Amino acid sequence: MSNFFFAAFKPELLLLGMALVVSLVDLWVKDAQRRPTYWLTQLTLLAVAALHLRAFALGYSNVAMQGMVNADPLAHLLGGLSALVVAGVLLLSRPYAASRDLLKGELFTLSLFMVLGVCIMVSARHLLVVYLGLELMSLSLYALVALRRDHTVSTEAAMKYFVLGALASGFLLYGMSMLYGATGSLSIPEIYNVLGNPDAGQRPNEAVLVFGLVFVVAGLAFKLGAAPFHMWVPDVYQGAPTVATLLIATAPKLAALAITFRLLVEGMFSLAADWQQMMIVLAMFSLVVGNFVAIAQTNLKRMLAYSTIAQMGFLLLGLASGVVGGSAQGALIAHSAALFYAVVYVFTTLGSFGMILLLSRQGHEAEQLSDFAGLWQRSSWYALVMAIFMLSLAGIPMTVGFYAKLAILQAMGATELPFYYGLMVAAVVLSLIGAFYYLRVIKTMFFDPPAERQAIVAPMDVKGLLTLLAIGTVVLGVVPGKVMGWCTLAVSAILP
Amino acid sequence: MHWLSIAIWLPVISGLLLLTLGKPQQAALVRWLALLAAIASFVVTLPLIAGFDTSTAALQFVENYGWIRRFNARYALGVDGISVWFVLLTAFITIIVVAAAWEVIENRVNQYMGAFLILSGLMVGVFAASDALLFYVFFEATLIPMYIIIGVWGGPRRVYAAFKFFLYTLAGSLLMLVALVYLYIQSGAQTGVSSFDILSWQKLALPMGVQTLLFFAFFAAFSVKVPMWPVHTWLPDAHVEAPTGGSVVLAAIMLKLGAYGFLRFSMPIAPDAAHAYAPFIITLSLIAVIYVGLVAMVQKDMKKLVAYSSVAHMGFVTLGFFVFNELGVAGGLVQMIAHGFVSGAMFLCIGVLYDRVHSREIADYGGVANTMPKFAAFAVLFAMANCGLPGTAGFIGEWMVILGAVKHNFWIGALAATALIFGAAYSLWMVKRVYFGDVANDNVKALKDVNAREFTILGVLAAATIAMGVYPKPFTDVMQASVTELMRHVSVSKLP
Repeated sequence: MSNFFFAAFKPELLLLGMALVVSLVDLWVKDAQRRPTYWLTQLTLLAVAALHLRAFALGYSNVAMQGMVNADPLAHLLGGLSALVVAGVLLLSRPYAASRDLLKGELFTLSLFMVLGVCIMVSARHLLVVYLGLELMSLSLYALVALRRDHTVSTEAAMKYFVLGALASGFLLYGMSMLYGATGSLSIPEIYNVLGNPDAGQRPNEAVLVFGLVFVVAGLAFKLGAAPFHMWVPDVYQGAPTVATLLIATAPKLAALAITFRLLVEGMFSLAADWQQMMIVLAMFSLVVGNFVAIAQTNLKRMLAYSTIAQMGFLLLGLASGVVGGSAQGALIAHSAALFYAVVYVFTTLGSFGMILLLSRQGHEAEQLSDFAGLWQRSSWYALVMAIFMLSLAGIPMTVGFYAKLAILQAMGATELPFYYGLMVAAVVLSLIGAFYYLRVIKTMFFDPPAERQAIVAPMDVKGLLTLLAIGTVVLGVVPGKVMGWCTLAVSAILP
Repeated sequence: MHWLSIAIWLPVISGLLLLTLGKPQQAALVRWLALLAAIASFVVTLPLIAGFDTSTAALQFVENYGWIRRFNARYALGVDGISVWFVLLTAFITIIVVAAAWEVIENRVNQYMGAFLILSGLMVGVFAASDALLFYVFFEATLIPMYIIIGVWGGPRRVYAAFKFFLYTLAGSLLMLVALVYLYIQSGAQTGVSSFDILSWQKLALPMGVQTLLFFAFFAAFSVKVPMWPVHTWLPDAHVEAPTGGSVVLAAIMLKLGAYGFLRFSMPIAPDAAHAYAPFIITLSLIAVIYVGLVAMVQKDMKKLVAYSSVAHMGFVTLGFFVFNELGVAGGLVQMIAHGFVSGAMFLCIGVLYDRVHSREIADYGGVANTMPKFAAFAVLFAMANCGLPGTAGFIGEWMVILGAVKHNFWIGALAATALIFGAAYSLWMVKRVYFGDVANDNVKALKDVNAREFTILGVLAAATIAMGVYPKPFTDVMQASVTELMRHVSVSKLP
């Protein structure tokens, strides 16, 4: 059997081919709605999602390309969900993009390239492949943020995103080079082997290793948007056209978590005691900064940006609870909790930004909190849908967000360390503060008088997807077991 | 038959269905459907009491199915002598609330009725759950409909009151969540299988330090909900701003969720800490009974007066629980049921006046008995029951608690008994100022006596109040076995 294993990256080849096809076909599309390329893109994404999820369901796990790519259940699950969520983003943002002259071939091509980058990242088994995927994804996103090139705020956001993103990539790359220096390999399993069995002959240089680890964690924290590496998040979320914001807030978060798993868990599991400490610091910073600063925001996109920082903080607490005193018993629970948290967060975010897109349509950006005033009187259904997303982000029971938080708390509790119980109390107290600003959105929608009485018109597909997401949030809020099982399955593949 | 499941989900599902009937011309239909659903939901709880086996303290009508495998959480329901009456009380009060809103609520009738029906099902769930996670989910989920009810249909300061209500209770219950996670992990350590089964938690051996922390974590959740002095301040705000139905449900049932939690979690899981900190709880309860009783006396707003009197009455309940004898606990339980009838009725009476005059100020009334003789008869009866007149429901519970307290310590009993004087003072003084004397102004002169609907509602509650006062045996008989078992359980130390 050759190492060139076609089955392992069928979806990626499809993405690459179709990205090129879409960019070519778009040259001949005259339709202002860009129907041919839009549907071509959607079909591609759905096909990619189907291929990945089918491979996940059948439990495929292949190492290919001379051991550079590892198409394991984690890669299939996250690749499939990313394609799915990007398809959802394009669906929800089509009316928004069309009314702002953004519905162009670039949007589709760049989105497909971004998903390709994500798919490469989630299946990387080699540091250079991680970097390759990351850059492909990031470059597509920089261009997407700048898509409204005559819009000052967007351009500023794009510059900020580019400069800080490049800095983060630099951090990561520098850290990787140190890891290479310390371990003599770029292959993730080999790094694991060298770190795990340090025989006298090739003991890695401690100082270089620790520096490398710090740089890698800093780079990852940038990409996840965890404080104190969060400065780009609010400006980019607010400045970018909402389509791009939504693209940044969804699939790339899954990809960032995936490379965190690949680098830290698969590669440097034996250093868990070191990087877990950093995770705790990052998590606490993020929870404090995210939750407190979000209270002061009146711009909904900016508020959700800070809420993202806080949510990432909670997620990192799960990553920080895997290994206690050298025992990795809790790792499966802890890391699958983090994965579940990310999946829940991404789909809830899709819904809540989808509501901003929905209200933004008629030449008006509905990004102020006041744009949601009295939504309940304009459309009780949409108000209910948005309320469900907000309650899920706040982690109130009967929505799936509660189980995401509970799974993290369970993982922290399983450490049985008083320090972690202290962290739990801090985390729940800070999420109480978080509940305040999510409730404020509900208050604005339900209790405040409406600023305008215009009825909300939405195409059937947008309405259907938002409804589906809200119902899914509640149904998973009653029976979350299945999805949690998937996450456990995916994570069990990468644990040593 | 799964009577408990039906009792939970019938109102929830019918409430959700009502939400779809949003057209204004459907209002009449919605009212009848809501009443039908509420009556049906009550009827399905009757088999619970009819088929109740008073000879055992074990859970009855047990249902137990797998729910979330990851947490080993189960959909486990069951009632014992402590909880069964509250299931009936909840369903009963819901009928009253639906009937009381009949022509008073004109806007969005379907959402008002739907919210109350959903709330009713969730509260039944709290009393019926024997799995701690299920309990927590129901316990928290009740906040959402109540938040909406206060915020949408409430008075002028409704937004403030709704936020205060939600955040106060959420703050308490998040600390409880950490305690639940601890017990979950601990049950795994001691029995080999982590579970959320409350009954198995009651058997865990816990050192004193841990018991103390757990006790105070539960105390945080339940004392806010009861509410105990000094964390009662959300209650007067919530009561004053809530619509009549909201006040009734809040006073009659939601407060009981907290007191019920003490019996289900605090005392049996941490009995040693409960004994050690009983003087603390008793002190807070006496302050509630005496000081808050005095505060009630000087209120100018009728709703505030009844709200403070609720705090005082709930002080009797916690006092009865923490004197640790059967008489006290059973008295507390009887007091909870009686308070459900009486406080609900008092809020309804205020609602009747408010609907006509649109004022809750005591000073705006005077001589109502002259223009509304039938109504005044009811109001005086309920005020008498509120101050514990023998022959009414209010007397039995207070009498049992005082006897229990005297058994424990004469002076505690003596202090508690003085509260009867304050209770009589504020209730009767209000009656004198509002109902008796000369007709105070034109508003009062123009009052029309209660119509058939109001007469029926008040009549049913009056019958319940008197029946329970004259013949409380059915209530105490049902409780007997469970209370005895609880007392036996908490007298055994659980220190390892």
